[in-house]
Amino acid sequence: MAEARTAQALRTAARLGLISAAALAVFAAILLAAGKDPLKAYADTFSYTLANAYGFSELLVRMTPLLLTAVAAALPSRLGLINVGGEGQLYMGAWLASAGAFMFPGLPWWLLLPLVTLLGFLGGAAWAAIPGLLRAARLVNETIATLLLNYVAPLIVSFFIFGPWRAKENSAYPQTSLFPEAARLPSFFDTRVHAGLLVALAALLAYWLLVEKTRWGVSMRAIGGNGEAAQRLGIPVAAWIVIALAVGGGCAGLAGMGEAMGVHGRLRPGLSPGYGFTGFLISWLAGGRPLGILFMAFLFAILTSAGDTLQITQGLPYSVVNILLAMILFIVLARRPARGGAK
Amino acid sequence: MTTPLALGVLAGAVLSGTSLLYATLGETIVERAGIVNLGLEGILLVGASVGFAAASASGSPWRGLLAAAVAGCLGNLLFGWLVVTRRANQLASGLAMMFFGFGLSALVGAPYVGALITGLPKWRPAWLAAQPWVASTTLFNYDLITWLALPVAVLVWWALFRTRWGLGVRATGESPAAAFASGRDPAVLQYQALAAGGVLGGIAGAHLSLSLTLTWAEYMTGGRGFIAIALVIFSKWNPLRAIAGALLFGGAEALQLQLQARGSDISPFLLEMSPYLLTLLVLLAWGGARRLAAPASLGRTFYGSD
Repeated sequence: MAEARTAQALRTAARLGLISAAALAVFAAILLAAGKDPLKAYADTFSYTLANAYGFSELLVRMTPLLLTAVAAALPSRLGLINVGGEGQLYMGAWLASAGAFMFPGLPWWLLLPLVTLLGFLGGAAWAAIPGLLRAARLVNETIATLLLNYVAPLIVSFFIFGPWRAKENSAYPQTSLFPEAARLPSFFDTRVHAGLLVALAALLAYWLLVEKTRWGVSMRAIGGNGEAAQRLGIPVAAWIVIALAVGGGCAGLAGMGEAMGVHGRLRPGLSPGYGFTGFLISWLAGGRPLGILFMAFLFAILTSAGDTLQITQGLPYSVVNILLAMILFIVLARRPARGGAK
Repeated sequence: MTTPLALGVLAGAVLSGTSLLYATLGETIVERAGIVNLGLEGILLVGASVGFAAASASGSPWRGLLAAAVAGCLGNLLFGWLVVTRRANQLASGLAMMFFGFGLSALVGAPYVGALITGLPKWRPAWLAAQPWVASTTLFNYDLITWLALPVAVLVWWALFRTRWGLGVRATGESPAAAFASGRDPAVLQYQALAAGGVLGGIAGAHLSLSLTLTWAEYMTGGRGFIAIALVIFSKWNPLRAIAGALLFGGAEALQLQLQARGSDISPFLLEMSPYLLTLLVLLAWGGARRLAAPASLGRTFYGSD
């Protein structure tokens, strides 16, 4: 039994390696056509990330929001829902957490930290509850609603950064002043790895327990399999839709809280280079499986680091790395036809 | 609302509505053939960047427009290969196209950030320019793409509802099996619809960079692709109704720009939200009616012709 499982895991890893290699090869060809040096870019990415301890710690920093936004997409996906709104939910989580930090600067850390964490969760959850309610009422499809709300959330954040929260001490940059020390997530061993990583791992563990070990997980699977049948069995499908999207959105909100309280220490525009979208990809490629999410989040932390490398050494915008992510998706989509119709 | 503001909004509504209309028309054709392309946002971005790059490199906005149309077409054919030939999931493939568009447009546009180009030439007929209420505004001072927007909408309607080809496309969207049984090849029709939709999507993107902003900036389409997908639902998959939808949303955007230009006290960030919130409201109001109007096999993969 254990041997069969190991063999299966090895096969999965090998397949994933092959897909990544093929995607990297196509991406290299595209970079070459654009007059860039892909081999140097890949070598630089490797030496910035895996070759030394600091680079490795930076991968963990990047993995933190990716794990949370992946759970944000994975939880609703158990019900057959598509949450592509992680990006907006991340911003709203960061926003509400920041509001808490600015409103109660005098609280001791053991009160303020749990408070901003809770607010981060609630910000994302409330934002995701909007498409959840619209979908539960059978009014608007959640895919398009979550996508649209991605464009609204950063505008709300920008409104506060450029308006009431703008720092007075250094007004050249549009950003808020630093959060009170008690609201900062502690970081470990002189790196930028912060307590948000523990929050992310806890969220992933909770997700695993929820879907694999509880009766709730069974209910969710029933709804995902056949919503109408689940309804007739007495499962409150509409409530589940709202809860799954809201709790998922809450996880994305925690990612935003982590970026604000752990990495930047203040609120800035451009808080996330598309972590919400990347998290959706991770969850989709992992099929919503918890271990797969852990593994894919690490892989995508490396791949998206290539975006930084391109920016620093090749003078290309970070978003060019989206081509690489798209190539992986293309290959997976092209070799695995969705038998049995659209879901 | 004062008269100059109203005229300014109207003129702006037509200009910003143009690219929305082309994008909506393209997506309407594709969805009539039973395919949802969530990658439209990516196609718009690629059209905007390729169009701008080609116009800047060649010095001719027309070549830019042509290049954008070709790029949009190729992008949709790639999407078609995934969802028609490889029978991949349409929503996932569309999102993959969205990522591809994010990245490819950034790569193509990178050398042209801050470049100056000559935009598509604008003109208005002399008899209109002579009207006193027109002369002081930008009303009717449009480029060729804007002037052609209404004729193209009528053309798309005619092609879909008055030709044998259109009948085939719509039959494919309703029931590919029935289309197949009546001697049509659903796959070919879907590829043709995607090609036409891609050309319109590429033009929609290029109109933004070659006429509206005259610059290239990453993510400059700002979700117009998703708004257009919502407009398809709003217009009940009818190209003529899409005209009203595009004007409504172009108007929201123009009103927002006019208020900003006039130094309104409302924060620009709050004003910028209005098109997205309006889109959600429209989807909300039309939520019940959409299921009746949608092509019956929209989003389903057809396996029958094996």
